[in-house]
Amino acid sequence: MFAVTETPIDAHRVEASVLAPGYGGVVTFLGFVRERSDDDRAVDGLAYEAHESMAVAEFEKIAAALRERYGDLRVAIVHRTGSLNVGEVAVVVAVAAPHRRVAFAACAEAIDELKKGAPIWKKERYLDGTDDWRENAP
Amino acid sequence: MTVRVLAFARVREILGSNDSTLTLNDGARVSDAWAAVVERAPALAPLARSTRVARNGEIVSGEEPLQDGDELALLPPSGGG
Repeated sequence: MFAVTETPIDAHRVEASVLAPGYGGVVTFLGFVRERSDDDRAVDGLAYEAHESMAVAEFEKIAAALRERYGDLRVAIVHRTGSLNVGEVAVVVAVAAPHRRVAFAACAEAIDELKKGAPIWKKERYLDGTDDWRENAP
Repeated sequence: MTVRVLAFARVREILGSNDSTLTLNDGARVSDAWAAVVERAPALAPLARSTRVARNGEIVSGEEPLQDGDELALLPPSGGG
């Protein structure tokens, strides 16, 4: 499952999509909207926008690179767009592998890669009424 | 030739449109399209270095030649996750 969606993400559904006999280790990462920004401003909420088709293609590319590196894996990546409140799920990455070590490593790598290059953008809204586009460190 | 320009995030706000068209001379390259966009919105000039350009869904360099009907996407640095 690779998707960008305007509706709240059901993390259990994303995780369920990677479950299969023979895959004994499943690691799911959930990214939530935090109440403080990286520079410690009070966050009211945020808006994500994406180049949808390129973002989904990038998710597929990330999964393919992980399989190349770690072998057999089942990967799902779903990212929210639109307006989100503090405490909502922004992104879910689920990885199933035959064993746990690879599942942990591949899941961590998947979210790192997503943050690096997926065509998705975040505008934070602050409680003081200001807002700002926030870019990930390269 | 005419190309479609999709703009996102900060670039979209400065350009004032998420979906517009550009008319360029035959033989134009991605760098010519960017120059035409900056002419429309000069405040974009400082973002040249950080903005990636995709042609029909693939990230390309400024040298990439364009064809009539191409879709260009102007992609500022990512903020997902």
